Amino acid sequence: MTPRLTRRRFIKSVIFSGAALSTGAGFYLTSAQTRQAGAVERLVSLNINGRTRRVDVMPQETLAYTLRYKLGLTGTKIGCNRGECGSCTVTISDVTHYACSTLTHSVKDKAVMTVEGLRAEDGTLHAVQAAFIAELSPQCGFCTPGQIMSAVALLKTNPRPTRDEARQALSGNLCRCGAYDHYLNGVMRASGQLS
Amino acid sequence: MAGYDNMPDMELYQPVQIDDALALAARLAERGWLVGGGQDTYGWIKDRAKRPEALIDLNGIESLRGIRETEDGIEIGALTTLTELATNPIVNERYSLLSKAASVVASPQIRNAGTVGGNLVQDVRCWYYRRGLDCYRAGGNLCYADTPEAQNREHAIFEASRCVAVTPSDTGPALVALEAQMVITSANGTRVVPAESFFVGPQINIVKTTVLREGEILTAVRIPAKWANAEFYHEKVADRNVWDFALVSIAGALRIEGGNIVESSIVCGAVQCTPRRLTSVERAIQGQPRNEATATLVAGMASQGASPLNQNGFKMPLMDNLVTKLLTA
Repeated sequence: MTPRLTRRRFIKSVIFSGAALSTGAGFYLTSAQTRQAGAVERLVSLNINGRTRRVDVMPQETLAYTLRYKLGLTGTKIGCNRGECGSCTVTISDVTHYACSTLTHSVKDKAVMTVEGLRAEDGTLHAVQAAFIAELSPQCGFCTPGQIMSAVALLKTNPRPTRDEARQALSGNLCRCGAYDHYLNGVMRASGQLS
Repeated sequence: MAGYDNMPDMELYQPVQIDDALALAARLAERGWLVGGGQDTYGWIKDRAKRPEALIDLNGIESLRGIRETEDGIEIGALTTLTELATNPIVNERYSLLSKAASVVASPQIRNAGTVGGNLVQDVRCWYYRRGLDCYRAGGNLCYADTPEAQNREHAIFEASRCVAVTPSDTGPALVALEAQMVITSANGTRVVPAESFFVGPQINIVKTTVLREGEILTAVRIPAKWANAEFYHEKVADRNVWDFALVSIAGALRIEGGNIVESSIVCGAVQCTPRRLTSVERAIQGQPRNEATATLVAGMASQGASPLNQNGFKMPLMDNLVTKLLTA
């Protein structure tokens, strides 16, 4: 691959010219086959964090992959990539989902929110983010974006959860530092139940 | 196993009409793979343990969603999510057994995506099989889970036949207990199968856990009014509260009149390849009160005839104790 042939350009060239290079491009090359009749269109519009993004999406692509590697939204982490850890949690129409276990093509008409979309225009952090900082909730921080998204989704439907309800809501997010109680303190603070 | 980040190249179809989905399922047959919530699907494909050529994503088909009242009970669209099932007012009011079962599946995020149809037809969790080994279920000639050194703590104690995997479904036992009917549609029409005969063990079909044939789609589940507002008991015993599959689960419905049990329907999950109805216990408790004395009367009956493997003998007292808990709750 020549230095000037960036990934983005390469993807574009594959889409618009149908060109297929013979070597060196590995993954994208094998993906750039002709579309079967009735199968999905690769170029799609996604609603990510309130913005419309046009992006080329492989049929089998997961949302975690699209967010991180095509849209640069690396706040969404890939931990296990098997729906068993929760670090890729995002909200789709305000409901939590594992982005690693969601086909990007299935969210075309839906509002996707990642941790990058929580901050206000002026840079003010979301109440959950501020409370997690105040309570020193994260330790290493890898699971934090997922924990934040689960907490945000909870407070949207249940603004004053009990500690047990918060525990249930965050139960699909592993934290290998074991900072669970600190996250729960953060949720209680964000909901104004801890001063 | 190599950690693959992506799935290999596949076609993706997103039909919005059930007829289109049926035509695709018939045309693609074993080359296609039906996707509901996909929570059982993507792991198989990421691990390259299964290699479908095309995915048929059913999520755009609105007629497969939602819970409707019918003349005799309710009908649940196969694409209804487990979260919807766990929180739906009608299900909670009349069939709390099912909402309880749905509420303990996996994790909140998986319940938000996972569907009742997917929970019923999901493949078994035997790790030897899921790792992609050429076991009986994968078309080979060996059961890796039934050797002297095998790790088989989670496997079957009943009805094993070459394969010793168990049903992983939480909603399956509840729906068998509620005597639900499975609505199966294909390009040739619709057939309705009782929940109990929907699931099949390895002695009947070693590569599939249900009666679904190529080209068929499970479109709905019907629950008759028979068990509405009965006395229910559900418990799932697992190593962890979240994500984990049952070691043994129990789903029971009891009708009590004049202080005595007049009819009951009790089903165990995770003890064999299909939900296991405890017919001997049901017969023995008929006419008896729901109390400690009746529990003593049927002690040990649930696990009678079990053939445990090296590491899963604990499932026998676990089953018996769950029956005791059901009768004394």
